[in-house]
Amino acid sequence: MFRHLKTRVVTQTLRLIQSFIPKDRQIHVTLGLKHGEFEWQDPKSEEEVVNITYIDKDGNKTKVRGKVGDNVLYLAHRYGIEMEGACEASLACTTCHVYVRQEFLDKLPPSEEKEDDLLDMAPFLKENSRLGCQIVLTKELEGLELQLPKATRNFYVDGHKPAPH
Amino acid sequence: MITRLYCSLDNVVPRVCIVGSGPAGFYAAMHLCKKIENVHIDILEKLPVPFGLVRYGVAPDHPEVKNVINQFTKVANKPNVNFYGNIALGKDVGLLQLRQNYDAVLLTYGAEEDKTLGIENEEAYNIVAARNFVGWYNGHPRDKDLKIDLSGTTAAILGQGNVALDVARILLTPIDILRKTDITEHALAALADSKVKELYLVGRRGPLQVAFTIKELREQLNLPNCKTVWREQDFEGVSSVVSNLGRPRKRLTELMLKALSESSKINIMPGDKCFKPLFFRSPNKFLTDNMNHVTGIELTCNRLEGDNLEHQKCIATDEKEVLDCSLVFRSIGYTSVKVDKDIIFDTNGFVTNDKGRVIEDNVSSLAKLYVAGWLGTGPAGVILHTMSNAFLVAKTICEDLKNCKNLSSKGGFEEVRKFLSKSNQNHIIVDWNGWKKIDNYEVELGKKYGKPREKICSISKMLEIASS
Repeated sequence: MFRHLKTRVVTQTLRLIQSFIPKDRQIHVTLGLKHGEFEWQDPKSEEEVVNITYIDKDGNKTKVRGKVGDNVLYLAHRYGIEMEGACEASLACTTCHVYVRQEFLDKLPPSEEKEDDLLDMAPFLKENSRLGCQIVLTKELEGLELQLPKATRNFYVDGHKPAPH
Repeated sequence: MITRLYCSLDNVVPRVCIVGSGPAGFYAAMHLCKKIENVHIDILEKLPVPFGLVRYGVAPDHPEVKNVINQFTKVANKPNVNFYGNIALGKDVGLLQLRQNYDAVLLTYGAEEDKTLGIENEEAYNIVAARNFVGWYNGHPRDKDLKIDLSGTTAAILGQGNVALDVARILLTPIDILRKTDITEHALAALADSKVKELYLVGRRGPLQVAFTIKELREQLNLPNCKTVWREQDFEGVSSVVSNLGRPRKRLTELMLKALSESSKINIMPGDKCFKPLFFRSPNKFLTDNMNHVTGIELTCNRLEGDNLEHQKCIATDEKEVLDCSLVFRSIGYTSVKVDKDIIFDTNGFVTNDKGRVIEDNVSSLAKLYVAGWLGTGPAGVILHTMSNAFLVAKTICEDLKNCKNLSSKGGFEEVRKFLSKSNQNHIIVDWNGWKKIDNYEVELGKKYGKPREKICSISKMLEIASS
C-alpha cells in the first residue's frame, strides 16, 4: 500500500514539475520508481491483489496475480507475456499497444493527448486501444482482460504494395 | 513428431548471420534468442557502431525514442550473440561467403539512399537530400562534411512526411534547446548562424493525404518563436468530410483545422520564424543562378482525383508558379541499395520476399536467405512496424531451422574472419567491447559540452578508440 502511495506521489510530483515546463517543449522525465523492479515483488497481502488476464495474439490466456500499483507492461515482462516496451514507458512508441475490455475501459483514467497521438500510429487501432505502459492496476481493475493485437501480420509481406501517391 | 522436428537442432548449433544492426536486426536477434536456446547469432555492421537509424535517424530532440537501445544492448550482451562492426557486405565480405558459412543469413541493412525527383537542375548547389541533412546533424560519418548554406532567409522542404517535419523542427527550434541534445557540434555551430526564417513544406497532394503523424505536427505547432501559417484555400471542403475519416486521419485533420482557425488570429512578431505548409504543388524544375546555386522552384499546381479521400491521386494542371528560395530539402522517401550482386530486388526497390524468405531459385547447399525491416517492406512506418516485421521474419527463420533435416556444422564467423584477414591484414573488426569504448568516449566528450553525448563522426577515430 505504502509503495502504491509513493508511486502516486512521484507521478503527481512529476505532473506538477511538468506543468511548469512550457507545454510546447516538455522534457521527458523518467519515473525513477517505474523501471519494473516493483512488479517483481509479490503482493504483500490479499487486499493488494489484483487478478488480471493477458490474452495473446493467438487467443491464449495467461492469468496473472498482480497487485495495486503494478504497471501492466512491466507485469507482462515478469510473466513472459510478449508485450514490448521499446521506449520504456516514456510515451515515445507504440510497442505496448493493447485492447482493454470495454467494461474496464471506463475504469481507467482517460488517455492523455500524447497517448492518443501515439495510438494513432498503431496498426489495428480500435475503440478500446490503449498503451499498456499507461495502465496501473487499482482494486477496481480486478478481473481486467488485456488482449494483444495481431500485430505480426504484415501488410507489405502479405503482398500489399503501398499505393502510389 | 515434435521431437523429430527438433532433433536436428539438438545436435548442431544453428548459426545465423544478421547483416545490419538497426532495429530490424536487433529485434530479429531478440526473437531468435527467445525461441531457439542454442542459436548462435553474429550481427555484422558496415559502420564501427551499432543501432542504425536509432542512432542516425531518430531526431536528437527525441531522446526517449532511443531508449530501445537498452533492450538491444541486453541482446548484444548475451553470450551467444556477437556484434562485428566495420564489415561491409558486398565490399569486405560477399553474400555467397556468408551463405556458405551460416545456416541462415538475414539481411536487415535498411534503405540508406534518398529518392530523387529526376527533374531539371536537381544537382544544383544547396539542394540537399533530407537523408544527408539528418545524417549531418546526427553525426553519420558519411554526412559530416555536408555542404549546406544556411545564410538565405527562405528555404523549402519537398515532401510532407515525418522526416520532412524532423528537418523543419531542427531548422526552426531555438538553438538553446538543441544545445541540450546530442546533436553534433558542427551542426549546432552552423544552425546557430542560420538565417532561415521562412520555411515552406511542399506537398503534391492536400491536407487529407499528408504522411506526417499527429505527434510530429503537434511538436511543430508548439515550437516557441515559430508561427505556422496555413493557406485557407488549401482546406476548401476539408471540414465537411472530417467526420467520415478514420480516427488517426480525423484527429490529425482536426488539429490542422484548429491550427488554421487560430493562425488567422496570430500576430507574427519580429524575430519569429514562419513555417508554411503548401499543398497541391509538385516541383517541375529548379531555378538556378549563373553559379548554379538554387534560387527557386517552379511548381506545377495539382488537383486531386478519386473517390477514396485519403488515397486520391494528383493530376497536374497547366498552372505553374515559382517559389523563391535559396535552400531546398528533398524529403520524398528512402530507397535501398543493392550492396551485393547476389541480392535480387523487385520493381519497388525492395528485396522480393514471402514472410521474410527471399524468393529465389532454390540453391539447396547454401544457407537460406531472409530479409527484414525496410529492405524487405519498403521504407515506411514507425519502430513498431519494423519490430512486428522483424519478429515475423524471425519466426519464419525458427520454423525453417527446426524443419531443416540436414543441418551440418558451419564455420560461422571464424571463416569470415579468416577471409577478411587474408584480403586485408589490417582490417579492424569492432566487437561489442570496442563499441562500449566508443560509447564511453562519446558520453565523456558530451559532458564537456553539457550534452548527453557528442558523437564521433570519423570512422578512423572510431576505429582508433575501439582498438585502444
